[in-house]
Amino acid sequence: MSQPRQPIESGVPDPFPEMHPVMVKNYGQWAWHDRPRPGVLRHVAKSGDTIHTVKAGTQRQMDVYTVRTLCDIADTYADGHVRFTARSNIEFMVADPAKVDPLIGALAEAGFPVGGTGNSVSMISHTQGWLHCDIPGTDASGVVKALMDELHQEFLHERMPNKVKITTSCCQINCGGQGDIAINVQHTKPPRINHELVSNMCERPAVVARCPVAAIRPALVNGKPTLEVDEKKCVCCGACYPPCPPMQINDPVHTKLAIWVGGKHSSTRSRPMFHKLVAAGLPNNPPRWPEAAEVVKTILYAYQADARPWERMGEWVERIGWPRFFEKTGLPFTKYHIDTWRGARASLNTSAQVRF
Amino acid sequence: MAQDPKAQAPKTQNKPRKEMPSTPLLDQLEDGPWPSFVTGLKRLATSEDKPYADMMKSLLGQLEHSYQTRTGYWKGGTVGVFGYGAGVIPRFSEVADKYPESKEFHTLRIQPPAGMHYRTETLRKLCDVWEEHGSGLIAFHGQSGDIMFQGTSTEQVQPAFDAFNEMGFDLGGAGAGIRTSMSCVGSARCEQSCYDEQRALRTIINGTLDDMHRPSLPYKFKFKFSGCANDCVNAIHRSDMAIIGTWRDDIKIDQEGIKAYLAQHGRQWMIDQVVTLCPTNAVSLKDDDTLTVDNHSCVRCMHCINVLTKALSPGDERGASILVGGKRTLKIGDLMGIMVVPFMRLESDEDFAALLDLATRMVDFFAENALDHERIGEMIERIGLVNFLEGLGLEIDPNMIAHPRTNSYVRTDGWEAEAEKWTQRKGPQAAE
Repeated sequence: MSQPRQPIESGVPDPFPEMHPVMVKNYGQWAWHDRPRPGVLRHVAKSGDTIHTVKAGTQRQMDVYTVRTLCDIADTYADGHVRFTARSNIEFMVADPAKVDPLIGALAEAGFPVGGTGNSVSMISHTQGWLHCDIPGTDASGVVKALMDELHQEFLHERMPNKVKITTSCCQINCGGQGDIAINVQHTKPPRINHELVSNMCERPAVVARCPVAAIRPALVNGKPTLEVDEKKCVCCGACYPPCPPMQINDPVHTKLAIWVGGKHSSTRSRPMFHKLVAAGLPNNPPRWPEAAEVVKTILYAYQADARPWERMGEWVERIGWPRFFEKTGLPFTKYHIDTWRGARASLNTSAQVRF
Repeated sequence: MAQDPKAQAPKTQNKPRKEMPSTPLLDQLEDGPWPSFVTGLKRLATSEDKPYADMMKSLLGQLEHSYQTRTGYWKGGTVGVFGYGAGVIPRFSEVADKYPESKEFHTLRIQPPAGMHYRTETLRKLCDVWEEHGSGLIAFHGQSGDIMFQGTSTEQVQPAFDAFNEMGFDLGGAGAGIRTSMSCVGSARCEQSCYDEQRALRTIINGTLDDMHRPSLPYKFKFKFSGCANDCVNAIHRSDMAIIGTWRDDIKIDQEGIKAYLAQHGRQWMIDQVVTLCPTNAVSLKDDDTLTVDNHSCVRCMHCINVLTKALSPGDERGASILVGGKRTLKIGDLMGIMVVPFMRLESDEDFAALLDLATRMVDFFAENALDHERIGEMIERIGLVNFLEGLGLEIDPNMIAHPRTNSYVRTDGWEAEAEKWTQRKGPQAAE
């Protein structure tokens, strides 16, 4: 047998050989930027050099033909360089402003929407889902495709009060992260345990330790060591499922979708915020998840109609208050909206201030 | 972009062509204006001259089965490359009897160039490798920040990695180790950038590669790099150690630029969109149409700079704040990063060496003190911020808190010694 090849531990590649030459030349020496139109940024360097960026949406899960189509467009219209954003949008940089319109035309021709800048709805950040994850409650690519079809015009135009970041997650680990609107799986029943398999597949003490509410304990079933769940304590989070696949949390009916609003990472104006639960119990309904899409659009357009310029979703709700949020969206307010987790006291109203 | 996959599939010579699976639910995701991943999957599945065509037909069949039954069918396992303990995400199908050609469908996580810049030549080479050794399906990029080369057999994992590795790419992180990182575009194109994000990313990640490739930490550890408080890569919540750009001197104001904005938009606009939205009331519009900023009240939030891109910019004494412990819910609830270094310069070689030193000590302290499956934010919650700071030799600072403690249950008999430390540190400034 031949000698195995030793890896070259080169780590993160140097970006400079890949970067557009105008960006290399003016690295760290930029002066200002503006947005000539939705989907286009213009950055001007202290040297006077200008670079235009055209941003387009992709399906993220790309076949090589799509990648090569994007490369062809970049070679013909955009100096042969691209970059990707954290939300899987592709950016084409051009030194010559005259190339902007033909580039936009070529992208439109090939079916790639140009937008996602400024106060628009950018690409929904998504996870792996049924396509590739080992613990998913739903799909990710499909949810995002279905929603971006619905929100396509809001990607193309900048007509929201501020940027809107939407995220999806296929389990409660929430790989999609915080969002102005988040569409996340919410399980509603405790795991179904295959007691035959637990002792062989699971490191039981680690699984017991994983539970956030101490609802799991060792047990014997049919003489075999296994685990059992105190279903009165269980919060159906699914944390036990990854380390112990025989504790199946996913269910075609009882795995639901929940909608959260007001997450924000930036420290701009207000401090960063976590998103908050506003709707749950929505069916996990492929291939287009219409019930979840309807709630997302209701919230989005209530925000668009009522928020002031620069207010992010969470800042808007803080100004108008939660009573008005539920009134404007028509969503029911339930006992499940009142936090019961540690630190819950900080989410209650401990003032005499009331809104009517 | 929808196309009939059967129409364009060339005829094969020898082996009988595997039929395209029936995918009535996925087919519905070919409609609509947004680019369709299903159309892309079908393009791969009908590339009859490529080694992956049957695998992708099989994959489409399994995915449709998931859509029909609302259930996932992948399980993990152990697959890797020689010399490394992480970076490949193994996937074995639980329904391989029905969809045999995609019974193994592993992902390679490959670290992108910092800032995610690519020449098309590089992208084309990556595509070629993945056509030869994989499924032809690539995500730019996963939530982890990796290029995800999705779908290959156990046998092809090593040759695929070897080909990427020879191109200058390396595997990313997975499991209980250092993870692949992300930075914003930063200095490459953004005037709001307060430090060299790409250099900082490569300094830390390439300085801690051993803990990525051979993971043996209590749990995952993520670094993320944003050039300012806009935090375009969500570092504050999505990383264990967030490096977020800021500046220490005064915000820069071009009063001619301000006058241009006033001429274009008027005073009411300036008051409503800039002045009143300042979170600390630090901005003021004067009667002579100049804008002033009380720099001691300013919290470097970026709002006014975002609005007035042609008139305002960060100061010259630039660097970064370090926040530690952001993460999602499991197990104690969501955590944002906590400010542990309000400001450190990031300009000279020594500055970057100091950053790497801090990162390395952070990871070491985490490795020694965290419990199994405990993130650093949870560890800090358990041991207390003060113990953490003392463990790392970081000096306390009022910027680390929203407000001082409100309960009296604390033993304070070391007060005088602690007060003396503060006076020693702050002596010259306190006397000002």
